[in-house]
Amino acid sequence: MKFTVDWLKNHLDTKFNNNQIIDKLTNIGLEVESFESSTSELDTFIVAKIINAKTHPNADRLKLCDVDIGSDKTIEVVCGAPNAKNGLLTVYAPPGSIIPKNQMKLSVSKIRGVTSYGMLCSESELLLSNESDGIIELKNNKYANKIGEKYFKNTSEKVIDLSITPNRPDCLGVRGIARDLSAAGAGKLKINKKSNLKYRGNQNINVTIKKEKAQGCTIFGSCLIKGVTNKESPKWLKDKILSLGQKPISAIVDITNYVMFDLNRPLHAYDADKIDNEIIVRSSSKGESFEALDNKKYILENDMCVISDRSGVLGLGGIIGGTRSGTEYSTKNILLESAYFLPRSIRKTSKQLNIDTDAKFRFERGIDPLSIEEGLIKASELIKQICGGEISNLDVKKIENYKKTIINFDPFLFEKTTGFNVENKELIKILEKLGFNITKNKKILKLVVPSWRPDITQSIDIVEEIVRIKGYEHINTSDPVKTRLKPTLNYYQKLFHFLQRSVASKGYLETVTWSFTDSKINQLFKENDKEIPIVNPISSDLNVLRNSIFPNLIFYLKKNLDRGFKDISLFEIGPSFKGKNPGDQLTVIGAVRAGKVSRLSWNDKERIVDTFDVKKDVIKSLYEAGINKDDIIIDDRTPSYYHPGKSGGVYQNKKEKNAIAYFGEIHPNIIKKLDIKTEGLVIFEICLDYIKESKQKIKDSKSEYKFSDYQKSERDFAFIINKNFKSQELVNIIKSVDNKLIKSVRVFDVFEGENIPEGKKSIAVNVTIQSEEKTLNENDLDYINKLIISSVESKSGAKIRS
Amino acid sequence: MSDIKKIKDDYIDKLNTENNIEKVNNIKSELFGKNGIISNEFKKLGSISVEERKKLASDLNSIKDELQNKISIKIQEIETKEINIKLEKEKIDVTLPERNIEIGKIHPVSQVIDEISSIFSEIGFSVEEGPDVENEYNNFTALNTPDNHPARDMHDTFYLDNNKELLLRTHTSPVQVRTMLKGKPPFKIIAPGRTYRSDSDQTHAPMFHQVEGLHIDKNINMGHLKGCLNYFIKEFFEVDKIKMRFRPSHFPFTEPSAEVDIGYEIKNGKIVIGEGNKWLEILGCGMVHPNVLKNVNVNPSKYQGYAFGIGIDRLGMLKYGINDLRAFFETDYRWLSHFGFDPLDVPSNYRGLSR
Repeated sequence: MKFTVDWLKNHLDTKFNNNQIIDKLTNIGLEVESFESSTSELDTFIVAKIINAKTHPNADRLKLCDVDIGSDKTIEVVCGAPNAKNGLLTVYAPPGSIIPKNQMKLSVSKIRGVTSYGMLCSESELLLSNESDGIIELKNNKYANKIGEKYFKNTSEKVIDLSITPNRPDCLGVRGIARDLSAAGAGKLKINKKSNLKYRGNQNINVTIKKEKAQGCTIFGSCLIKGVTNKESPKWLKDKILSLGQKPISAIVDITNYVMFDLNRPLHAYDADKIDNEIIVRSSSKGESFEALDNKKYILENDMCVISDRSGVLGLGGIIGGTRSGTEYSTKNILLESAYFLPRSIRKTSKQLNIDTDAKFRFERGIDPLSIEEGLIKASELIKQICGGEISNLDVKKIENYKKTIINFDPFLFEKTTGFNVENKELIKILEKLGFNITKNKKILKLVVPSWRPDITQSIDIVEEIVRIKGYEHINTSDPVKTRLKPTLNYYQKLFHFLQRSVASKGYLETVTWSFTDSKINQLFKENDKEIPIVNPISSDLNVLRNSIFPNLIFYLKKNLDRGFKDISLFEIGPSFKGKNPGDQLTVIGAVRAGKVSRLSWNDKERIVDTFDVKKDVIKSLYEAGINKDDIIIDDRTPSYYHPGKSGGVYQNKKEKNAIAYFGEIHPNIIKKLDIKTEGLVIFEICLDYIKESKQKIKDSKSEYKFSDYQKSERDFAFIINKNFKSQELVNIIKSVDNKLIKSVRVFDVFEGENIPEGKKSIAVNVTIQSEEKTLNENDLDYINKLIISSVESKSGAKIRS
Repeated sequence: MSDIKKIKDDYIDKLNTENNIEKVNNIKSELFGKNGIISNEFKKLGSISVEERKKLASDLNSIKDELQNKISIKIQEIETKEINIKLEKEKIDVTLPERNIEIGKIHPVSQVIDEISSIFSEIGFSVEEGPDVENEYNNFTALNTPDNHPARDMHDTFYLDNNKELLLRTHTSPVQVRTMLKGKPPFKIIAPGRTYRSDSDQTHAPMFHQVEGLHIDKNINMGHLKGCLNYFIKEFFEVDKIKMRFRPSHFPFTEPSAEVDIGYEIKNGKIVIGEGNKWLEILGCGMVHPNVLKNVNVNPSKYQGYAFGIGIDRLGMLKYGINDLRAFFETDYRWLSHFGFDPLDVPSNYRGLSR
């Protein structure tokens, strides 16, 4: 909402200066977006000083001037003026300026082989006088310290631009703003002058509001103005329209616009001679059409509120008029409309047709239904004054009467809500100035809400009005209440926090990517999930919710590879979506690692990242987050986007359906399809929701501290075993031989090939044996060894290597 | 006797010039071995008179001590020298690079969320969450924003179905609704998370982060709201003084509503929070609207309280001098390394919010 201070003062008697007004507006909730002059073409001309004027190398009559324009560097300008000399203060026009005399736009140009950046101006070029013999000579004493400043003072009045919240339609008019300011003590609201308009004759174009279910119009007021001379608006009116940032059109249109911004009362003027017999306000039928004043043809749906005549639709009520009945300079007789349209209807129609106008914006928020006559009168007066003509009696058709809103307000609610007290007297004064009608009933105030405040319906709205006008600075700052109702984080929130930092500590950079992604990439990772399209995506390559955390990670990994990075570790923790209903989502960590380990190291051998790098990262992170080491089982069932032979799943127990994590190489087909160029690419993911919360807190789960001082022995075994036999099984078989004595089993060598039969592999393990009761002798150890060998051989089909 | 003395002097001389440990050992056995010179001299003692023996024995002992002493000093000397030479040879260039360090980082958004959670935890708030996909009711209607309300235009919403029933939440406020529906007052929560609006330019991203705050109890008023936010802002920006301004505004789900500005100035091209006479809007808040409380089965005549919503990304940008919002979500390795935080840098009250 834009307006000038001058305009405001038409409605407000105030001693406040501009800055005080600006501050007050902000303090009462009418946020000032800006307060500046509308820009002018003359703003670019600046005061400059010629530092050095020398002769042009290729033209004796031209000069090459170094000009100080108030910036770090001087500018070189070619100038033909005889008076251009060292030290002269003059006016400089940079490239892009429009020269007032000939309306030419300056550009950087070569003059006789030397580039000239802008020009120095004569008085004639700036339309200051006819003097064209030389450039302007500015007086030293006045301009010496103004180099770089604008030469022309911007004389246009400063415009206040307010950002009005959707609950305040009344402040979409200058009078409403003035009223709020007056309530806040910034002046006195001027009383509207009584109109002494003389009416002649009746409004003899018949108006009917059809009683239909979907009728969007409840009041239609109008008057005829006969014998007008439409013309260009006078300067004061043009200036007002310009200050709104709009273009003046003709006196009649400008007046209706002016009244709209002045009183927040939209009006519409029809050329009465173009109306076919009568006005019918009705709901549209599908397929009806009309050409609107924005020169677009609209085809209507059912139940849009239209103003029509016998020939058809004239315009969309409260939204936009039509060209068929539009006013022109030749218009002689006009029908002026001042109506009330229901916000809901306006909003629906304008959304369907995608039209946004100043009238629509206002009706949608709720116009004062009691301002019908006021608008007609104010506009008629101005039309008569500027365009002449005879005004008919006002004709107001209604299908519904306005019902007052009454609120019984207990002033105690104010202190209860805001924490501070305002005397009843002051409170009443504020409400009265805002237009409330107040009667006191013991402690309760019976308030009649002004008709221009559709936003006020209950007591809390009254509290807001009072505290807003009184000022938020009166609210105390109470110390925070530190009472705690429950722990800050629950188990899964803690897990989120631990895992996030745990993964990062393994050398991964955390990233945050969109929750949506490209369906083409998503499809490679979505497994059996249903695609979840966004109806109105921001772009076609962000058109679905991600079914997996990887599509975006892989996409950005590729981007970074393309930037020239070779060794990349990235991870994200966030949602992946399983369905389109609220809650159909999992919290997942996804991590990708590309390139080599120890690249270009002077002492370590470099190698490509592999599955066991990410296995280490994922397992260690899980340990660090408190997942019991002994509860973890590795399996080779993994989603299809993993390399089927080089990936694994981590389960918390055998029966569990869902893995808590996966790790491994990405499927080569995906790398090929996405054209990812890297030496190696491994990934892992952890699904936080599938991790089972431990029933015990750490304080309860620490077991008794036991240790053995008896000597421990280590034994190595090598088995020949089927290639597909899992080492984890082998280790479990050995451990189960004697859980007490066997302290640890470590796989320290695996190989295939030479000396090993086809389809077999050799696994070497180191077993630590220790008793808690005695030092084991050779016999004891031999017994265990034999037991280990026989158990492994019988349970796994392996053979001990001799 | 003079013979022995001469032998002694000769050997002392020899030892003085000798630098080889083997040769010193040879000398040692030459002198003190089974048939060593000195050993032999001792053997002779038995065959001489008692008087002479006394004298000679005493002389021999002192010579023996002197020589043995000399030998052990010499051995030590040589060993030290050799060890020094060995160490000198083993010297490495310790300025050569260490084994590759892989440095991971925490994203600024995560860090800021942890900072915020830590601050609010101090004054008794717990963390709640809600889903990213919401229904129309929780996101709008329950929050007193009916379908025909123009305030909906301020939220450019992503929809998942043509009936506009399912959407990506446009703010974290639906977590208020969920929290209150599933529990009983009092409530004291914050809810950080992802939010979405179909809006994309230099200062808007289609996804961003907010933290919602809600405190409902019997006597919570606007003074508490002011106090809570004042505390938060001061703690968050880690400054002693903060210029803060509450300004009336409008949100359908709070009443009275306010926007909060903080004072700032530009010093040497950098934004300094807390000083100066310029204002920067950083959050919206207000007293929870009675209609919202009714919608979630909380009796507004018994309970009242405040809610606020803060843009997390923007707070992070202000605190850590990040200019471009879009860069948060572009996964540029250079940017993540530059603005990321060490994973051990966990914001906490006792250790301090940031380094």
